[in-house]
Amino acid sequence: MANQAMPFSRSEMLPPEPPPGSAVGVVGWLRANLFSSIGNSILTILALALIWLVLSHVWPWLAHAVWNADSYAQCRQIIADTWGPDAGGACLAVIRERWKQFMFGFYPIEAYWRPTLAFILMFVALAPILFSALPRKMLWFSLIFPGLAYWLLWGGSIFVPIVIYAGFAAGWLGFHLGARASAAFVAPLLAAVFALVWWFFIASPLINLLPDIGLMPVQSKQFGGFMLSVTIGVTGIAFSLPLGVLLALGRRSDLVFVKAICVGFIEFIRGVPLIALLLVASFLLNIFMPPGTNFDIILRVIIMVTLFSAAYMAEVIRGGLAALPRGQYEGADALGLNFWQATRLVIMPQALKISIPGIVNTFIGLFKDTTLVAIIGLLDPIGLITSIRANAAWNGMVWELYGFVAVLFFVCCFGMSKYSQYLERKLRTDHR
Amino acid sequence: MRHSLILGTTLALTLGAVSAASAATLDEVKARGTLKCGSNPGLAGFAAPDANGVWHGFDVDVCYALAAAIFGDPAKVEFTPLSGETRFTALASGEVDVLVRNSTWTFSRDVDLKLDFVGVNYYDGQGFIVSKDLGVTSAKELDGATVCIQTGTTTELNLADFFKANGMSYQPVPIQTEAEARQQFLAGACDSYTTDASGLAAVRATYPNPENYIILPEIISKEPLGPAVRHGDNQWGDIVRWTFNALVEAEELGVTKDNLDEMKNSDNPEIRRLLGVEGNLGGMFGLSPDWAYNAIKANGNYGEIFAATIGEGTPSNLARGLNAQWKDGGLMYSPPFR
Repeated sequence: MANQAMPFSRSEMLPPEPPPGSAVGVVGWLRANLFSSIGNSILTILALALIWLVLSHVWPWLAHAVWNADSYAQCRQIIADTWGPDAGGACLAVIRERWKQFMFGFYPIEAYWRPTLAFILMFVALAPILFSALPRKMLWFSLIFPGLAYWLLWGGSIFVPIVIYAGFAAGWLGFHLGARASAAFVAPLLAAVFALVWWFFIASPLINLLPDIGLMPVQSKQFGGFMLSVTIGVTGIAFSLPLGVLLALGRRSDLVFVKAICVGFIEFIRGVPLIALLLVASFLLNIFMPPGTNFDIILRVIIMVTLFSAAYMAEVIRGGLAALPRGQYEGADALGLNFWQATRLVIMPQALKISIPGIVNTFIGLFKDTTLVAIIGLLDPIGLITSIRANAAWNGMVWELYGFVAVLFFVCCFGMSKYSQYLERKLRTDHR
Repeated sequence: MRHSLILGTTLALTLGAVSAASAATLDEVKARGTLKCGSNPGLAGFAAPDANGVWHGFDVDVCYALAAAIFGDPAKVEFTPLSGETRFTALASGEVDVLVRNSTWTFSRDVDLKLDFVGVNYYDGQGFIVSKDLGVTSAKELDGATVCIQTGTTTELNLADFFKANGMSYQPVPIQTEAEARQQFLAGACDSYTTDASGLAAVRATYPNPENYIILPEIISKEPLGPAVRHGDNQWGDIVRWTFNALVEAEELGVTKDNLDEMKNSDNPEIRRLLGVEGNLGGMFGLSPDWAYNAIKANGNYGEIFAATIGEGTPSNLARGLNAQWKDGGLMYSPPFR
């Protein structure tokens, strides 16, 4: 009877009531997110109808996919036999048969391990750049990687990349000798002179002297498929960022000559379509070079693609530089840092951080632009499609081939986009 | 003034160097060890790489024969796939030594673009394909039709000429590739698709219901397709011309890939000269006496190549027609080998 003794107040809280069924669980989520108002409900229904429309066509097509067939006609026969005469289906047998070609082009089969190894090592080299938690010593491998990848992909003497790397050492030597001079521009100038002298006058005779030890050489003609896209894309990405940083700094420079060159370069490149540059690389250069020179076509394309995206990169980074408050520049100056120190320690880390979305945007654009090389006859995945379709067995196919290439590119570009989002979260660019 | 002078001199020197280089294409090819042949990146029956990257087709077989004639080994050829827009620039700039890419021999290409077409390996013509539902049986009934047409080719100009000459109107639907044409035509975006007749049969065979489409009987243009080389190196032009002629001559004389070695013992002086048993025709342009023997050995004579790549029974399923030997009422006629 204790309850009757204390009628005025509760001694314990009532247990919380579960929220009404319409506000929790699936129903609640649906009400809150999809049917919160009449307009929202209409949009939801329209979106569902659209998804259904797409799925109802794509799903049976995928579900009826044929993986084992020798020709398109056989595919159609199998689909008709299994699913009835009117059924449509994907003939993915072509992907199965041409998978290696899509990946490696006409690269010699016994050397497939080389691009594969280079591809795996690429992630090892990228890891310390992408994730700051990894030991910094791994960066040395990242520096070696471009030469290593070149040697793995094209083969030839191991001394070619080594001698070329020695040019950087020569440049480093020049930089240190020049650093003693009082004028700031002497060091980079001397570095450039040392390196160029090495590359143009010493490297070639030296390579001829050294023994020819290495892998079987592979010609650029044999490159193709996705490997070609990745080679051009990754090289372009790797070189366009530093080049873009230099161009952006040059454009803001007080040195009139440097500024004029940078502005002229950036505006010229931005005013010319990539296709035009590729056609120049492919045909015009050959006319103007001395006869007999064989300037590698892929190298030419890589140079053009790199220059092209470097100009865009420069503008993206210039945007980052412009967004930095003036106080950052003045603060760096007040600390007594010289131009290169201030740029390296204060300005660039912040400017690059702001520019991440724009930089990744340019990267993704560059990677997708590599398909334009199909125009100048390189057999990248798009170029290969024409060749595969011309084969009697696969003549007439459209969706399977283009769809497959689209999925390949989507995976890569989506990966890059996801990484940039991770980096943005980590560096918190929004509350700077 | 001075700048333009320097520029002009440089340009003149460069151009001089280029023509000097082209004067000795054979030496260049021999020094390089491979023949660079410009090919179509993919045209059913004419040129396409298989799953192992080996090129097959009617056009590329001419390149194999040429490589065999020069080196005695048909494998010593590199193919450079070229698009319709870039093919002639690639040839002019020295990117390729010879262009065998179903290119039509026309006046302006021969004269203005400074090319030499050294022969015709396929006499083609432009045709139309329409759906049966359209109820048309002749190209002359196509007044007001929408026509899918590949841009940048002679077919575009022929189409305009044909409709103008017959006082009809049409609506062009420009397309870039055969893949695009297929999708547009099958979706009904155009009433008719027009291209070289050699391609139409192969294209029709790949449609879901081939029996619903007909190829109209009219052939509205002359499209002599042939190998081309740069102006200015007549020796090289002769090599390409006569290697092709050797394939045609071999068919006329009944020399095939299989009986090639028996034919060396033939009493027929024409065969003996062709195969290099008698005289030394090859030496006249810097090749070995058995150059034609090697060329025929690569993929057989002209008729054998035709039958294996685009002839009846293949997916292209083309009759010899104009491309038959002159003795059979066609236009294939090789000048004598003597």
